[in-house]
Amino acid sequence: MKPIKNLAVACSAVVATMLPAVVLAQDSPLDTGDTAWMLTATALVLMMTVPGLSLFYAGMVRSKNVLSVMMQCFAITGLMTVLWTLIGYSIAFDTTGMEAGTVNFNSFFGGMGKAFLAGVTLEAYTGTIPEPVFVTFQMTFAIITPALIVGAFAERMKFSAMLVFMTAWLLLVYAPIAHMVWSGDGGLMWDWGVLDFAGGTVVHINAGIAGLVACLVLGKRKGYPSTAMPPNNLGYTIIGAALLWVGWFGFNAGSAVAANETAGMAMLVTQIATGTAALGWMFSEWVAHGKPSVLGIASGAVAGLVAITPASGTAGPMGALLIGVAAGVGCYLASTKLKRALGYDDSLDVFGVHAVGGIIGAILTGLCAGTLGGAGLAEGVTLGGQIFTQFKGVLFTVVYTGILSYVILKVIDVVIGLRVTEEQESQGLDLALHDERGYIL
Amino acid sequence: MKLITAIIKPFKLEDVRQALGEAGVQGLTVTEVKGFGRQKGHTELYRGAEYSVDFVPKTKIEAAVADALVEQVIEAIIGVAATGSIGDGKVFVTDLSQAVRIRTGETGDQAL
Repeated sequence: MKPIKNLAVACSAVVATMLPAVVLAQDSPLDTGDTAWMLTATALVLMMTVPGLSLFYAGMVRSKNVLSVMMQCFAITGLMTVLWTLIGYSIAFDTTGMEAGTVNFNSFFGGMGKAFLAGVTLEAYTGTIPEPVFVTFQMTFAIITPALIVGAFAERMKFSAMLVFMTAWLLLVYAPIAHMVWSGDGGLMWDWGVLDFAGGTVVHINAGIAGLVACLVLGKRKGYPSTAMPPNNLGYTIIGAALLWVGWFGFNAGSAVAANETAGMAMLVTQIATGTAALGWMFSEWVAHGKPSVLGIASGAVAGLVAITPASGTAGPMGALLIGVAAGVGCYLASTKLKRALGYDDSLDVFGVHAVGGIIGAILTGLCAGTLGGAGLAEGVTLGGQIFTQFKGVLFTVVYTGILSYVILKVIDVVIGLRVTEEQESQGLDLALHDERGYIL
Repeated sequence: MKLITAIIKPFKLEDVRQALGEAGVQGLTVTEVKGFGRQKGHTELYRGAEYSVDFVPKTKIEAAVADALVEQVIEAIIGVAATGSIGDGKVFVTDLSQAVRIRTGETGDQAL
């Protein structure tokens, strides 16, 4: 009897554990195809920062600072993960108090309803995917955006000051801008009708302007521009750019938050714009200087990726070609001629590539949604009206991130200081701040 | 004894080594060096920032030879290291007062 009784108990236990699962499967909005794609996309976007951006930047600095840049990207990845878990996600995506067409505090700043990831459980969903996947997907965006800024102040910022700056910047700049653009009805720029599919304003203009402000507040590197500061290993840089290119399919096609038609078109237009912009920069340099360069073609690819980002959910293939050409040529001019003319020391051209590419992309998103085979505009919106809305979104983001970034940096400068000492800067941050060297050959 | 010091284009090293071997040189020392002569340097361009690189990579060969071999060795180097273009390098000859083979204690021409 005993064995049979045990069997019965075992069977009922199996049935008991299966029952909720069966009920769940009927009620749950889960789509396994969407979920599988978003799990993949999330991993791709994380790959963009570590190792992609990390290598892209590390190759461009001098050999004495190669580790410091990799360290900053890695530390930001850890720091943003923790901040996003604690309150970042809630500031960006909690919808408490939001109402379509109403501007209130929650149009700018999400509530604390999802602080400490409250409610993000096995039974929570965002659309057709588990909310934990959505939280992680958005977390990888919150990681790469601050990490982009590293390029602007590379080779001269204190590591401690960098951590404090990034903490404040995520909570006061990134998460609120993401909230205004992406959180849905009641979000400031969402209600304006700003088109930003994967983060032209939220990620690239935001980081690019913060980078420009940071390099202006910190000041030029010692010896810039009279001393030679050649990249230490452009092999790293082109590997990094290649990883960014591949990872960007997760960034743009993943922003559909589904495995659907929009994701498919996002993948295509991303590829078209990137290839075009890589050639755009390469040929611009070839014409201006007489030779095409590795750093140029890699930079052009990144410029194209940046510019297609806001448009990737709405542009058609011909729009992508236009955006690619504009970004390749425009970012080339900004990172070479404009930078020389104005004399700011944006070490690795965060402004020239991300802000300029982001702005070109944001404006052309309006044009390419309404024409050139784009997905079309919302009912009652004219092409001119959409482009004006895009301008408004760009302008607001530039002003908001410009002012906030400036204030945060100034406060940190007064309290703990932003810059390493002149001696540390000459010695190189690898040895001065980390007691390590990148190359012991 | 003379010390022959030749500064040559790096890609000519293997040809020079072979020619010196055929000329009877028993050993030589090679160093990677940088410098400039009439060739001067070159410029590099990174995102519009142009840098001039004033020192050009070269290879320095040093060989100690008996007096009788000097002319032959110089001819051998010139014969293979010349490309006819600027930057082919130079050969210097200096007097060598003594040489000692550490293993055996032999001196002078015996040590070469």
